[in-house]
Formats: sequence, C-alpha cells, structure tokens
Amino acid sequence: MTFVATVLGADWQTLADAFGLGGIYALMAVGIGLVFGVLRLVNFAYGQLVMAGAYALAFAYERGWPVWVGIILCFAVVVTLAVAMDWVVFRPLRGHSPAVMLVATFAVAFLMQSIALLWFGPLGKIAASLSALNQPWTISGVDIRKISIVATAVAAGCLLALVLLLGRTRVGLHMRAAALDFQTARLLGVRANRVIGSAVLVSGLLAATVAVMLTVQSPLVTPDFALRDTILVLAGVVLGGMNRLISATLGGFAIGFASGFLGGALPTNQSQYLPSFLFAAVILVLLIRPRGLFARAGQQAVERV
Amino acid sequence: MRHAHAVLELLAPVVLVVAVALFGTLVSSSTQTYVITTLVNVSIVVALYVFIGNSGVLSFGHVSFVAVGAWTAGVLSMPVAEKPAIMPNLAAFLRDTTVGNVGSLAIAAGVGAAYALIVGLPLMRLSGLAAGIATFGVLEITHNVLRYWEKIGPGLNTFSAVPETTGLGQAAVGALIAVAVAFLYQRSRYGRMLRATREDAPAARAVGVSVYGQRLVAFTLSGALAGLAGGLYVHLLPVNAEVLYLDLTFITLAMLVIGGATSLWGAVVGAVVVSAVDSFLAEAENGVHLPGGTLDLPSGTRIVVVGTLMALVLIVRPAGLTAGREVPLPRAFLRGVLTKFSA
Repeated sequence: MTFVATVLGADWQTLADAFGLGGIYALMAVGIGLVFGVLRLVNFAYGQLVMAGAYALAFAYERGWPVWVGIILCFAVVVTLAVAMDWVVFRPLRGHSPAVMLVATFAVAFLMQSIALLWFGPLGKIAASLSALNQPWTISGVDIRKISIVATAVAAGCLLALVLLLGRTRVGLHMRAAALDFQTARLLGVRANRVIGSAVLVSGLLAATVAVMLTVQSPLVTPDFALRDTILVLAGVVLGGMNRLISATLGGFAIGFASGFLGGALPTNQSQYLPSFLFAAVILVLLIRPRGLFARAGQQAVERV
Repeated sequence: MRHAHAVLELLAPVVLVVAVALFGTLVSSSTQTYVITTLVNVSIVVALYVFIGNSGVLSFGHVSFVAVGAWTAGVLSMPVAEKPAIMPNLAAFLRDTTVGNVGSLAIAAGVGAAYALIVGLPLMRLSGLAAGIATFGVLEITHNVLRYWEKIGPGLNTFSAVPETTGLGQAAVGALIAVAVAFLYQRSRYGRMLRATREDAPAARAVGVSVYGQRLVAFTLSGALAGLAGGLYVHLLPVNAEVLYLDLTFITLAMLVIGGATSLWGAVVGAVVVSAVDSFLAEAENGVHLPGGTLDLPSGTRIVVVGTLMALVLIVRPAGLTAGREVPLPRAFLRGVLTKFSA
C-alpha cells in the first residue's frame, strides 16, 4: 500500500524532473538509433563522445571563454572524434558481423575513457558555463528547471528534423537505402560511404548537443561521464525498438522518465534495484517482442530507420 | 595423424600453463602475484571460450558467473568469526557454516553452472546483437543485485578475511582443469555439434542438431568453469562487486579476441600475452626500474594499451593472434615426424 501511495502521491516535482531526464535520454536515443539504422551498429562508445564534448566545455569554462566559444569547441571536438572513429575503426570493420562490431565499439569506449583518465586525471573538471539554465521556473509551487524544457524541446526538434531529413530528402533516401542493403544500394549508384559519413556526422552533432545538456544537469565531468546514461539509453533503445527512429526515441524517453520517476518516488531500499528491473524488462522485450515495444504491429523488419 | 593432432591440441596449452606456473616459482613474491592472476585469467578466458568460441555467440554476461562463483566461495569459506563484521545482514544458514577451500571451489563451480543454466534457458534462443545486449543485461542485473543484497554477501563491502589460498599451485591446477574440460568438450560430439551450428546453423539443424540445446550445454559448462575461476579469484585477493564488473568483462573479452576466439590455444595464448602486457604496465604505473632509467607511466595506460591492441587486432587480424587455429605447428613438420615413426 505504501508503494502505491508513493507512486500515486508522487509530487509534480518528481514528475517534472523525470520529464527532463527523459528529454535528454531521448536525445541520446536519437543519435544511437540513427547510427544503428544506417550502420547496423550498436555504438557503445557513444557515451564517450558525449564525455569528450563535456571535457571540451569544461576546458573552455576553466579558461573563462565565452559560452558560445565553448559550445563551438564542444561541437568541433565531438564531430571530429565521431568522424575519426568511423574512419579508423568502423570503416575497416564494415561487413563484419554485428557482434564483432559491438565488441569493437566496446573496446573503443574503454580506450576513450582511459585516454580521458590519462589526460585529465580521475578527479573531474567543472563545466558550469550554462548553469543559468539550471534555474527553475516556479509554476504553482513546482520548480521546473529550464533545462528540462530546453532538453525536451531540443529532443523533439532534432527528432522532427531527422524524420524530415530521412523521409523527405535525397540524402535521407540514400541513407535508408544503405541501411537496407549496403551492396545493392552501391550498385544502384548510392555513394554509400558518403551516406554513412553523413549519418555519423549527424550523430556526432547530436552527441555534442547531449554533452551541452548533460553538463547543465551535472556539471562535474569525470572520465566515466555519461557512461551510466549510455548504458541505460541503449537499454531503452532496445526496449522501444531499434528499427525505427521514432520507437527508439520513445524507448529512450521512456527509460529516462522511468528511472527518473521511480528513482525519485521510491524509497532508497527499493530504488537501488531499479537497474535490475529495467534490464529485466529489456531481456523480456528481447525474448517476447524482439522488434521492440513501440514497433508498428505486424510491420515487417523492412523499414529500418 | 588425427590422434597426433588431438594430443598437440591438449599438450600445447597445458605446456604453456605449466611454463607460466614454473616461471612463477622463479620470480619475487610481488611478481608472483601477477603470475597467479595470469593463471586465474586463463581459467576465465577458457570459460569464455567454451561458450563464445564454440558457439560463435557473443556473451557479455560471463563475468556475472565469475562474480557469483566468487560470492559463493567467499561467503562459504570465510571463518564464522569474521562474518558478522563484514557481512552483518547475512542469511542465517550462510552465517553459521564454513566450508573448506576445495569444497568452496567445487560449490562455486556448481552455483556458476546452475546460474548459467537458469539464465541460459530463456536467453539461448537469441543470437547476434540481441544475445550481446541481453547478456549485457544479465551482467547489469547480477552486479546490481550483488551490490545491494546483503543477505547473500558483503554488498558494497570488500571480501576481506577470506583465506588467501589461491597460490601458484591452485591457480595452475584450476587453469589446467579449465583447459582439460574445454579440450574434452570440444572433442566430444556435443562440442562438434555446437561448432557445426556456429559454421552453418540451418545445415546443422537440417541434420538434427538442436541449436538451442547445444548452446545451453556449452553455456552451462562455461558457467561452471567461470564459477570455479571466480572462486579462485576471491581466494587470491579481496574483491568487491566493482572488481567483477565492466573492467573485467572488457579485459577478458579482449584476451579472447586478441588470442583468437575460435580455438582453445588462442584463448590461452590471449590470456597469457595480454596478462603479461597488463601486469607489466600495472607495475610501470607504479614506477618500474629498467636498465636505462625508471619508467613511470600515468595510471590508465594499461587500458589504453590493451584497448588499442584489441582494436588493432580486430581491424588487422580479426581471427586473433593465433588466427583462431589450434597449435600452430606446421603440418609438414608433423607429417615428417609421423612418417619417420611409421617407417
């Protein structure tokens, strides 16, 4: 009974915070889903791109550079790294089984994390140039942090832009073709490498955006920054359904919202097992509904993006 | 000819393990710890190989069997007098019993097998990406539960006061057991059937092999070996839930991939080579004296080097250092020896 009471009686505050976390996770899910849609690649190292961007922001903040310089630096670093990752690791491995690629991204993730540890040390740096966004708007007693609204709006905007890009433009058509059948797409004149390159570029832009949002939420940047978040978002993407961008994003939002809400509403001795329940849900979905919760019913696994 | 190959297939890893153990008797006691760790790593990687190598299905979950084995052996072998201090909320039947060293290892193997069987029953239907993510989920769940459930172990505490019985001898015997079990399994009809499913699942199915059943057999067997390795681990040094988590998963997978995932020889070579590199770097992170000066690497170098090595091997030589073959003795040499003997 107490359990139900805590859940139902949860204040609007918890809901608002959970919504903000869901927004940020949705944004990460868009990036992971896009790369999966085009490259058939689950990128464990996505969180380390975010981490690199956060370090760029911290670097700029430490030197007292203006906010926009920091953000530009963050975007430059993340996009460069994303493209470099594609060139050095993913391109040579293209055509290998998804499992090999998964192991490779796992290795890259650890590599980048350790490089950050070597470079910046374990203690962490502060990136607080946008802390103004952490201020709440108070609406009838509920503090809604501006970042919650900004994150959700940005996630929705990015998703909309991507859906339009994929569905309405030539590049998007090529991306979907390359995702469906790399060889045939090439035979039909799609410059598949360029298409994949642009997908990687877009996912890098998204990772940089996430870095900006996450540093507002938690300004302390350590080598394992965004690691937990990435693992949760990956789970959410699988939960929602990897084959469509919309369902992947919804999955990301759902897991962010669920972990934020339950984490805030349940007492600690229950919420500490939250990851177990989330991952048990992921395994269940993989077994029972492998295409994901939000996949279209009866839909063939043809529409990949 | 076939028998000669079979003998070599077993002999080469055995010789390597024994050589590592003998090397351990020659060095200082601080270096010896690294050698013992290397041997325990061999056990873990061979356990990984039994499933991943033979089935071709990825698993991120094996470190959870190692962790469960470590928990079992650690809780059971800790002296009763020490238990309340480290594990105040332990369940009564665990609190009042203590098992000897060998017994705790055997039970660790049994619990590892049982847990792998339970996990495998639903999960062995999956393959490829789905298997990778689901087994990753298993790792997360196991880690989460072991961290917080204080009825079955120390929770966030470290397993101190566990008798440190894993010396050179036990570690070597453990590694040899793992190698022997893996060898017997891969020569058995079950091992052959599983490898048939790895090469061509529809063809294997067509001749009546149950892909699900064979994977489950291998998963359970490798769970037992992983549990045993976990028991050895907890008797080697005071571990906690964080030690048996992502880093260990990464490094053991790296060992398997670098050595060559599809052969027993590859698994053992990978474990030994990467452990050697890793131990040297770990030592160098604390500063090491070499002829020509002191080498003092910043902490974090280890994973950078191993990660780079792994990425390089994946890109340049995807089948691993041993190319995924068994013992690399040239066939021509073998043929020469055999004809000489038969003449």
